[in-house]
Amino acid sequence: MVEKTFAGTIVNLNDEGYFEDMNQWNKEIAAEIAKEEGIELTDKHFQVLEFLRAKVEKGETLTIRSVGKSGIVDIKEFYQLFPGGPLKKSTKIAGIKKPTSCV
Amino acid sequence: MKRLLILGAGTAGTMMANKMRKALDREDWNITIVDQHKTHYYQPGFLFIPFGIYQKQDVIKSKSDFIPPGVDLIYSAIDKVVSDDNKVFLEGGKVLNYDVLIIATGTHTAPEETPGLKDKLWYKEIFDFYTIDGAVALQKYFKSFEGGNLVMAITELPYKCPVAPIEFVCLADAYFTQKGIRDKVKISFVTPLPGAFTKPIATKMLSELLKEKNIEVIPEFYIESIDNENKKLKSYDGQEIDFDVLTIVPVNMGSDMVERSGMGDDLNFIPTNKQTLQSEKAENIFVIGDASNIPTSKAGSVAHFSGEILYDNILSYIEGRPLLAKFDGHANCYIETGFGKGALIDFNYETEPLPGTFPLPGIGPFGLLKNTKINHYGKVIFRWIYWHILLKGKEMPIEAEMTMAGKKRVKI
Ligand SMILES: Cc1cc2nc3c(=O)[nH]c(=O)nc-3n(C[C@H](O)[C@H](O)[C@H](O)COP(=O)(O)OP(=O)(O)OC[C@H]3O[C@@H](n4cnc5c(N)ncnc54)[C@H](O)[C@@H]3O)c2cc1C
Repeated sequence: MVEKTFAGTIVNLNDEGYFEDMNQWNKEIAAEIAKEEGIELTDKHFQVLEFLRAKVEKGETLTIRSVGKSGIVDIKEFYQLFPGGPLKKSTKIAGIKKPTSCV
Repeated sequence: MKRLLILGAGTAGTMMANKMRKALDREDWNITIVDQHKTHYYQPGFLFIPFGIYQKQDVIKSKSDFIPPGVDLIYSAIDKVVSDDNKVFLEGGKVLNYDVLIIATGTHTAPEETPGLKDKLWYKEIFDFYTIDGAVALQKYFKSFEGGNLVMAITELPYKCPVAPIEFVCLADAYFTQKGIRDKVKISFVTPLPGAFTKPIATKMLSELLKEKNIEVIPEFYIESIDNENKKLKSYDGQEIDFDVLTIVPVNMGSDMVERSGMGDDLNFIPTNKQTLQSEKAENIFVIGDASNIPTSKAGSVAHFSGEILYDNILSYIEGRPLLAKFDGHANCYIETGFGKGALIDFNYETEPLPGTFPLPGIGPFGLLKNTKINHYGKVIFRWIYWHILLKGKEMPIEAEMTMAGKKRVKI
């Protein structure tokens, strides 16, 4: 586990840079992580991030497909918002754990 | 008279019918099981059909042969469950009441979910081997195949038997080597996952194995559609892969009956308590096998291990006791790797597949995450075990709960 400061707040990250505690997250922090990933966050991005966080809070598993059915973006737009691994990147920015696909 | 109703007479439903009939008094409990088909397929055998190792008749038996006396078997499609009324509607309108319901309707392939999949080339140059028809059609195709680009692709997660596509490419490597045309066949393995498999240590072992066999892994490729004209796979982020022959795992979905019952997630898998196997919808509904959304492999071995837990919990439920038995996600899969060898993985919700020996610590005879001849025999024997022990709900000399004994914690 590592500590890192984003937008003046110290957060705990795992070895891969994902949040240990989703409650340490806020929008300013998200914007800074996104910058490190080369992404400028728009309202659409935030809607997706909130959707992902809500799913995780309900204990549901995250899939690209479910984001595509969210009514916010289709899968193609999801790829455009978070180029090169949309679920990996969006979950990192959303302050939640990296989705593990079960075997 | 009370009724235990089981939906689906596949691996898990048949096994539970056998287990529960032994436990529940016939004076008090009727057990009824419903399925739309009369044939029971040994699905793990589908893998071997394209290579002529098994034929169709090696993987089929009558479902009724495995349903014990004292269990009513109804052949009918299931329309839906109305959980508020404890009723199940069959196609045609027949209604069955239940006191306890077990849903074991499994998962099936849904090629229509991927644009261009069930199109001109379907069963001509595009095949699945997850159905008997696909496996048989591919066997025929391979007999006259003289070489080219063979692509094995996975469309979506989760899918049943996550190691089967890896086994498929290994067997293809062996098959074309034995035919003397391996140098004319390029084999690639296309997956939406970041590597050959989900968990890191097994991925490392399996990636090395595929590399040795000269099979290229193309990770993080999420298929949007298939172009039949130009014979290309297209991904959502604009990548393309050419193929001459494509074998594919179509999107796996739970039964439509789950959707009609309003019980499923976006792939019609049923939200289920991963420890007790009780559905989240109602206390008297339990879910076992591929139909549930529990985060472990969709595999016959999982159905077997979780069956022991479900047995305990249903008896507890009926007798009004708390559901104390907890499933740990235990899965145990033989991985056929070609040339008479195999590997083995054993894992659960918490512990990823690790190297070691199984089932006896230090002795084996099976080697975990090792490519050995004896593991291959494990797979061969599995068919016998499946028909004679697993389906009949008998005990196996392996504990339901995964054990760390014999496993080595390693770093990658
Ligand atoms: C190619 C391949 C290789 C595999 N290899 C292995 C392996 O090596 N080891 C292993 O452990 N597992 C393996 N598996 C997985 C294993 O076969 C499944 O996980 C297992 O059969 C699941 O059992 P189930 O009872 O949940 O579903 P199934 O056995 O599929 O049974 C579901 C039943 O429900 C019925 N049904 C569904 N909907 C309805 C409806 N609406 N009305 C009426 N009936 C309905 C179906 O007709 C079916 O009979 C493999 C699978 C495949 C395809």
